[in-house]
Amino acid sequence: MKFYLKYMKPYALFFVLGPLLMLTEVIGEVWMPSLMADILNSGVPAGDIGYIVQAGLKMAGVALIMMIGGVGGNYFSTRAAVSFGSDLRSDLYKKVQTFSFANIDKFQTGSLVTRLTNDVTQIQNMTRMGMIMLLRSPGMMIGAVIMALQINASLAAVIGIMAPILISIILLIMKNAFPRFMVMQKKVDALNTGVQENLTNVRVIKSFVREDYEEKRFCDKTQDLRDGTLNAMKLVIMNGPIMTLAMNITTLAVVWFGGQQVIVGDMLIGDLTAFTTYVVQILSSLMMVAFMIMNSSRVMASSKRIKEVMFENVDLNDDHAAQPNLKVEKGHVEFKDVHFRYYKDHEEWVLENINFEIKPGEILGIIGSTGCGKTSLVQLIPRLYDTDEGEVLVDGVNVKDYSLENLREGVGMVLQKNVLFSGTIEENLLWGDETASDEELQAAAASAQAHDFVSGFTDGYQTELGQGGVNVSGGQKQRLCIARALLKKPKILILDDSTSAVDTATEARIREAFHTTLKDTTKIIIAQRISSVIDADRILVIDDGRIVGQGTHEELLATSQEYQEIYYSQQDKQKEVQA
Amino acid sequence: MAERSRVRSAETLLKRYQSIGRVPQRGGGPGRGPGRGPGGKPKNTKDSILRLLKYLERYKFYVLIAFICVLISTGSNLAGSYMLRPIINGLVENADLSQLALSLLMMGGIYLVGVVGNYVQQRIMIWVSQSVLKNIRDDLFRKLQKLPVRYYDTHNNGELMSRFMNDVDSIGEMMNHSVIQLFSGSITLIGTLVLMLSMNLWLTLITIVFVPVVAKVGATIAGRSRNFHRAQQAALGAVNGYIEESITGQKVVKVFCHEDICKEEFGILNQDLREKQIKAQFFGGLMGPVLGNLSQITYAITACVGGILCVTQGFDVGGFSVFINYSRQFSRPINEVSMQVNTIFSALAGAERVFAVMDEEPEPEDADDALPTTEMKGHVEMKNVSFGYNPDKVILKNISLYAKPGQEIAFVGSTGAGKTTVTNLLSRFYDIQEGEITIDGINIYDYKRKDLRSNIAMVLQDTHLFTGTVMENIRYGRLDATDEEIIAAAKSVSAHNFIVRLSDGYQTMIEGDGANLSQGQRQLLNIARAAISKAPILVLDEATSSVDTRTEKQIERGMDALMATRTTFVIAHRLSTVRNANAIMVLEHGVIIERGTHDELLTQKGRYYELYTGKAELD
Repeated sequence: MKFYLKYMKPYALFFVLGPLLMLTEVIGEVWMPSLMADILNSGVPAGDIGYIVQAGLKMAGVALIMMIGGVGGNYFSTRAAVSFGSDLRSDLYKKVQTFSFANIDKFQTGSLVTRLTNDVTQIQNMTRMGMIMLLRSPGMMIGAVIMALQINASLAAVIGIMAPILISIILLIMKNAFPRFMVMQKKVDALNTGVQENLTNVRVIKSFVREDYEEKRFCDKTQDLRDGTLNAMKLVIMNGPIMTLAMNITTLAVVWFGGQQVIVGDMLIGDLTAFTTYVVQILSSLMMVAFMIMNSSRVMASSKRIKEVMFENVDLNDDHAAQPNLKVEKGHVEFKDVHFRYYKDHEEWVLENINFEIKPGEILGIIGSTGCGKTSLVQLIPRLYDTDEGEVLVDGVNVKDYSLENLREGVGMVLQKNVLFSGTIEENLLWGDETASDEELQAAAASAQAHDFVSGFTDGYQTELGQGGVNVSGGQKQRLCIARALLKKPKILILDDSTSAVDTATEARIREAFHTTLKDTTKIIIAQRISSVIDADRILVIDDGRIVGQGTHEELLATSQEYQEIYYSQQDKQKEVQA
Repeated sequence: MAERSRVRSAETLLKRYQSIGRVPQRGGGPGRGPGRGPGGKPKNTKDSILRLLKYLERYKFYVLIAFICVLISTGSNLAGSYMLRPIINGLVENADLSQLALSLLMMGGIYLVGVVGNYVQQRIMIWVSQSVLKNIRDDLFRKLQKLPVRYYDTHNNGELMSRFMNDVDSIGEMMNHSVIQLFSGSITLIGTLVLMLSMNLWLTLITIVFVPVVAKVGATIAGRSRNFHRAQQAALGAVNGYIEESITGQKVVKVFCHEDICKEEFGILNQDLREKQIKAQFFGGLMGPVLGNLSQITYAITACVGGILCVTQGFDVGGFSVFINYSRQFSRPINEVSMQVNTIFSALAGAERVFAVMDEEPEPEDADDALPTTEMKGHVEMKNVSFGYNPDKVILKNISLYAKPGQEIAFVGSTGAGKTTVTNLLSRFYDIQEGEITIDGINIYDYKRKDLRSNIAMVLQDTHLFTGTVMENIRYGRLDATDEEIIAAAKSVSAHNFIVRLSDGYQTMIEGDGANLSQGQRQLLNIARAAISKAPILVLDEATSSVDTRTEKQIERGMDALMATRTTFVIAHRLSTVRNANAIMVLEHGVIIERGTHDELLTQKGRYYELYTGKAELD
């Protein structure tokens, strides 16, 4: 709660006015029956039409005030809740922007998206409902109880007996229903997974002729869901009838005991009818409160998930940067005894004892099987993760001493999992440099071998890309991503297996640019194909997190067994041809 | 070119991200599949209703009982509250206790009947609607199994999922809730009106006069709030879309230091949402206080006039108290009914989407005289086969080839050359337009589709597994395979070693499409799945293209074992995998431009030679 106060503070006035205005409705609603009782008690028996009209006008006036109060309360409550939710969402988004790769990995993107969308909406709605109900239900209950006590204290005892019984029954039902709903939710998930697998695997199913088998499995799942739902619902549907029954019984009891008092003259008939109205008001607001408490458990879950994001410790920041104004000027990279692992509680290193050096303008190739640590290694350079032991130096300065912005401005990286964003091609490329001119843009695209195919599109650089770049081919997407990184004019360029879908001829042309336009940039290339790194100044062969070979292509061919193994598995066809 | 601004404008952002964002369903229930805004107007209402009624037919007896129960419970509610009239009148006239007791007992009895009726109705309807939902889901699923692969090519999975969950759920909501409410609301309305009329004509008229006022005000608010609601949903969609996209691409955002721009753009969208949300929710919340208090005003006027009537016309006090209660509740059923109308329309729109899938053209039935065949030998022949996904755009032209049992045929060529299409035609995933494909000398269209496909095993590039144990996943290839056979198959394709090292060996659960396995391991399971099948024809479609060279080496051994006894069609990106093929077909733009063994093709010094020696590369 303390956490949320911060977000409520700027709208404190709305947060107070909302519930307060709602209170007018409560007061009116409690007052109405007593005005009505006046008509019955004093007006009608005395035959005083003037009194009746007066009371009627009073009632109409109260109703009008209630309406104004209700509308106003609604306005301020909505305003408060929406503003609160909006600020919360905004802060969450800002927080996520500060996350390091490690933080993102921990939460996983899908979960982060739900937290920012569903969970915030959940809290916002609950806040709004809460404000409208906050004083309303308890206020109505208290008001009605006071009025009831005033009319007849002994009759009020009936409510005192009925209310706890009713509440216990409802709570008992909900408590038992809750685990059943959890079971039901599992069945829903199972059904969802079943459908999804079926849809993605449609070719497998058809080619193995498993339609009947799948149908049977699916029918079992729907049966499970039906039974699970019925099991939960058959408890929940008892709520309504039990509530009605309780109200009816209470009303009957009130009329019975009150009726006896009316007969002996201890009570007026108008008071009795007013009393029955108060009984209904008390019990139904009691129910509202009970349901609100029930509902809040779901909001609690959302709140917990939001706080987890907000209080997440961002371990990677500028706080300890010794030279925050330093920029990357040359592009010299050195690893000294670097050790790295993703999880501190894991014993095995992902990278172990990494030592190497690249001079400005050189090309470094990195080769190794999937999962050996190639990507982890290069991610340490722009400080996407921090080393656990040893140090990574850029231009002779530890990467931890740069500000993140200056470091990453100097390092261009094309990730293995490439993403383009909704927008035009131009907008996507400008990510590299917002101030780039058209000429610079086209030059970068040309170096990445993207200019030709982009010019071929009807709208050229203004072509709209769908989400994630769905309307360009894999190879084209990779080339656009390279162009985007080139536009940044980085001192160090890292290509993480980013030409795998580009054909060799085009790749060769991209490589040409390494020696011409990108002559002074340090290039680090992770590749599957040896042909992609054959002309590198130095090649690292990584196996299981260690450097097992280091040198030029010729040197490695002579000395490294692992390199030979990879080379011959890819190249023996060529030898055979020459033989 | 105009000057570029760093951050895109609100209009641009809204336009782009609206379509991406998913908006949670109203009420925001816990995750029920991918959400979609409550949507669409039904077009063919009558037809959908008739089809839904057909689903209800089996339960018509129960539905009838439920409706009788509704009648009983609403009737008792009205009657029960009417009972107050004689009671109050009795009290006013100093009646004796025994009569009061009798009246109260009667009233209690009536209420009890009403409550029991209500419970029975709910119990029946929940059972009926859940059963109908199950039947609809089963039918929908059954239909999906029959749809051709072509259908899946053109329809989005998320959208289909949403029909299974959201649309079907909304039908359930309608049957279980809205229809009953509509029915009971109408009865209450009519019943109240009749009772009120029977008590006092003038007072009733006062109440009725207010109905059009209430209705008019209600409709005005509803109309405005609907427009604002739509704008809010669009804005929410855009915010969600932006969050989804930028968080999915968060690593790229970081690499490009794009955080500030993202924050700013998000701020624009968020601010837009805030404004629209305030309007939409304010107007949405207006209905309650305005309509509720309008009926309070009616109540006040009725009370006033009623009181005067008591004095001047001798209207009984009991009748007056009861009447005033009725008049206060009079607007409630009107609101309830009007609220249900929206739910019903959106449910009908959902039903229409569900039925639309059911009406899709299924894979054509087998010919009546189709040959029942259980085992084929694996002679495959294609004669002048031509095919296009659209009749006017030919993908394959004049393909002819021949494979003897046990032979290996490889297809080589760039993406889009038609390699996969050839094998899809063999399994009759798509129907050829010209030419003929025969297996063991018989046209594939003369076999039963099931028999044909049972004789062709496939290993595809995208390795998908099912939730279940490793054992179950392999058994998918042949359901009657024993555990021993499965282990033998796994051994034969070199998958056994890694499986036994998994936490529970063959009983290890695979979840989330095998997220706990490496890509190579998943592919090995797929190969084992094909190995357990006894199909004489095997299709390997880029089976190793997404694994690194080392893992490929491991898989290769498994593949060789698999191919030894089967007619195999191999589609490959890496040419090293097709060297041993009996014949290699080089495809370009749907035409076989070269064919022969590896050695023959190399001596030809054609396209294959260029590809193989690296002078040209596939894309």
